[in-house]
Amino acid sequence: MISGAMLAEAWRAMGANRMRTALTMLGMVIGVAAVVLMMAIGQGAQDDVKASIATMGSNLFIVLSGSTTSGGVRMGGGAAPTLTVADGEAIAELPGITAVAPQHMGTAQLVYGPNNWSTTVFGTTPNYVDLRSWPLASGAPFTDSDVRSATRVALIGQTIVDNLFDSDNPVGKTIRIKQNPFVVVGVLASKGQSLDGRDQDDVVLVPWTTAQRKLFGTPFPGAVRSLMVQAASTEMMPKLQDSMTELLRQRHHLRPDADLDFSVRNLTAVASSMAETTRVMSLLLGAIASVSLLVGGIGIMNIMLVSVTERTREIGIRIAIGAKPREIRQQFLLEAIIMSCAGCLIGVLVGVGCAMLTHAMSQASVVITGSSIVLAFVVAAVVGIFFGFYPANKAAKMEPISALHYE
Amino acid sequence: MPEPTALIRIERLCKQYETAAGPFPVLKEINLTVQTGEFAAVMGPSGSGKSTFMNIVGCLDRQTSGDYWLDGEDVRGLDVNQRADLRKRVIGFVFQGFNLLPRMNLTDNVALPLVYAGVPRHERERRAAEVLGRVGLGAYLKSHSNTISGGQQQRVAIARALVNQPRLILADEPTGNLDSRTSEEIMALFRELNGGGITILLVTHEPDIAAHARRLVRFLDGRIVHDGPVTHQEPP
Repeated sequence: MISGAMLAEAWRAMGANRMRTALTMLGMVIGVAAVVLMMAIGQGAQDDVKASIATMGSNLFIVLSGSTTSGGVRMGGGAAPTLTVADGEAIAELPGITAVAPQHMGTAQLVYGPNNWSTTVFGTTPNYVDLRSWPLASGAPFTDSDVRSATRVALIGQTIVDNLFDSDNPVGKTIRIKQNPFVVVGVLASKGQSLDGRDQDDVVLVPWTTAQRKLFGTPFPGAVRSLMVQAASTEMMPKLQDSMTELLRQRHHLRPDADLDFSVRNLTAVASSMAETTRVMSLLLGAIASVSLLVGGIGIMNIMLVSVTERTREIGIRIAIGAKPREIRQQFLLEAIIMSCAGCLIGVLVGVGCAMLTHAMSQASVVITGSSIVLAFVVAAVVGIFFGFYPANKAAKMEPISALHYE
Repeated sequence: MPEPTALIRIERLCKQYETAAGPFPVLKEINLTVQTGEFAAVMGPSGSGKSTFMNIVGCLDRQTSGDYWLDGEDVRGLDVNQRADLRKRVIGFVFQGFNLLPRMNLTDNVALPLVYAGVPRHERERRAAEVLGRVGLGAYLKSHSNTISGGQQQRVAIARALVNQPRLILADEPTGNLDSRTSEEIMALFRELNGGGITILLVTHEPDIAAHARRLVRFLDGRIVHDGPVTHQEPP
């Protein structure tokens, strides 16, 4: 049978009962629109979480020094001078560790010209920016030699730039941190909010030696509150956590039954559990939407069965004038596929429209991926074939005599 | 072995239906040969087996036993697709209820067999217009079947049967739904077609209609009880 003629036949059959065809397609439209919309919302949520995780840096541990007690007052984690930069250097020797950066932080007042601002100052090493995958917007990071000689240089975050510098280029300017003059050597690129909502750009980085000797002072030079440690891969992290703990236990000469005077935390665990949660959520959304697609498919089967029964006599005539069972089957199958694919096309448009509306009304991230549209089309075609096949086969298997005499 | 000229050759053909009360024979040992160019009327009361016989001749139903050759082909050995091809090539059907498809114009209705024969569109329309002209409906090519009279609808059905240039037309009570004047016109058309060399097998209840044929086959209780030329004087 010529396909052009077959398409014309399908068109005529669907046009004969426009209202019914439209309602049948509506089931498909709603199903596909739901799938596209839900996948867009799910993907949007996943992308949001991924972006937040990426700003933190990947495969990170944080090692905190232990607490101390001063006159009966316990000082909390990070207060005891047990963790040293030398510990960090030893950890960096472990296989599978790619970088270690100490963090010695404090709050300080910044002044530039008429402006001033209070922020957190981190004393660290140059590789801190690599570890946090934090590119520079301009300038260059301070160097290892700056760390050795405790130079007064600083990298500043975007929030500092906004609050201290009106329109000047900050690089090369001198700011005062706790009255000490520091040369701004670079500006950090903006990272935005962290997962817990802190402004990550409200920060100043200086060499840790400078922080200890010239800004905050410390009774224990070389001791830091925390170390940031990066592993080569996520898979190695549980094992590395154990070997780091063992290494520090030896270095701190702790007896086997003694409490640890430090703690090691895996930052990735939190992030990956959040990512997993959103992934499951979007899967769930997709699954619920798929049910409506299935219902749409069953609607098509229902109408095709009615159509086959209604056109029993027509089928008989067609067989009598030479149609083969295969050609009868193809004709009904084509009708089902056209309905489901047309419904799918409209459904994709409706779904994309709804996604944009959702975005406009709630500011929620929606990401319409090509793959979700392709998936919707493939599923619609499969649904059309699957649910169209039974009615089409029923038509093809009709006995010509009984079909001709059917009233 | 069948003679090459016999269009239809049927030998010891039996058909029985399986019912709850056991097998029920409808056709019992039918023998019939129809040569090319004949015009035969098949008569008989309801339940005599003539409709079943026509369905088997039209390759729409299968015999229980016996042999049937159509145009030299042993129909018993053909599968459902081969029978469809044979129908398409040799037979044109005309039904009592006209059986045109609604929502299609006359040209498309008449051209439908050609769709299944794989004929291209412009050729289909040309041939449909030609046969519609032949049955006197050349002015109604784009009309719809529900806008024309019963007699005209039957002419369209005949045109549809003719469009494949069949060698045999099977007409099942073609005048059953028509008044006597229109019936005469339709029968005149059949006679004209028969004059052009097409073999016609026609089932009817009415002696007046059968009188247009040249041969009369009478069925009773699943057997052929009479087979001979139509005599116009004596009532059949």
